[in-house]
Amino acid sequence: MGKYISDEHKKFIGIESEPITYDVERGAIRLFAQAIEDRNPLFNDEQKARKTRFGGMIATPTFVRLLMPREMPRVDIPNLPKRLLDGGSEWEFFHPIRPGDRITVVARIADLRETEGRMGTMVVRMTEMRYTNQFDELCTIQRMTLINY
Amino acid sequence: MGKQIYFEDVEVGYEITPLEKNPTTQQLVKYAGASGDYYQIHYDKDFALANKLPGVILHGALKNAFLAQLMTDFAGDEGWLRKLSVQYRGMDMPGHKVTCKGKITAKRVEGGDHIVECDIWLENDQGQKTTPGTAVVILPSRAAR
Repeated sequence: MGKYISDEHKKFIGIESEPITYDVERGAIRLFAQAIEDRNPLFNDEQKARKTRFGGMIATPTFVRLLMPREMPRVDIPNLPKRLLDGGSEWEFFHPIRPGDRITVVARIADLRETEGRMGTMVVRMTEMRYTNQFDELCTIQRMTLINY
Repeated sequence: MGKQIYFEDVEVGYEITPLEKNPTTQQLVKYAGASGDYYQIHYDKDFALANKLPGVILHGALKNAFLAQLMTDFAGDEGWLRKLSVQYRGMDMPGHKVTCKGKITAKRVEGGDHIVECDIWLENDQGQKTTPGTAVVILPSRAAR
């Protein structure tokens, strides 16, 4: 038993959001690359990207940050510390995301634990987001670590 | 689209060409718009100060994107960024240069894929690693051509 999390709260692990599906627009891919100031023609220039093995423009790896889940699965823990920190992300990339793709996003709680850190007791929640295209190919997984402290 | 690097061109300890970025408040606004992350600590100075921050700070996800660019630049058109992991350990502020760097820690061939593993990080203009991470890249092989 921890300060905030009991065995009972482990039931939140595995809870999934309702899926949501997005149309990926070419302009959105380009705007994302421009915001990062990544001038790689693969992410910006259809004519040049066609000459590559991808056969056309693709999205930057972290473009899917724009494709938010319908909701973040809730963890209903009493007295959860209010301050929230994005601890970072782990990514896996399997297939490119292209203009015109329809990407379905599902989020699930992958892990929930508490640790002692510099800032006292922290509740660490790993949310896994899966991004699947219209051909049922899993394109990207993002595992995001959120820290309440 | 620079010169393509091949698996045979690199060894453990190889240093990836660094990527320098000079983020401005304007870039943070552009990233907020492009990513849909409108948390005010990234563009509203009064809001940031009221939240006990020294000023507006870079989105962690923007630094994540910079590190992804470091790796897609390295992988080239023929390579593929397979995994990326980043941890936000410290804050970075606009108006200060940040540099993404990386070093190869392992090489292997697995299931026909030519794989390199890397330690990567983003450091501030004081040389502090505010955003460490790791990456796995599949590179083309000269042997497989």
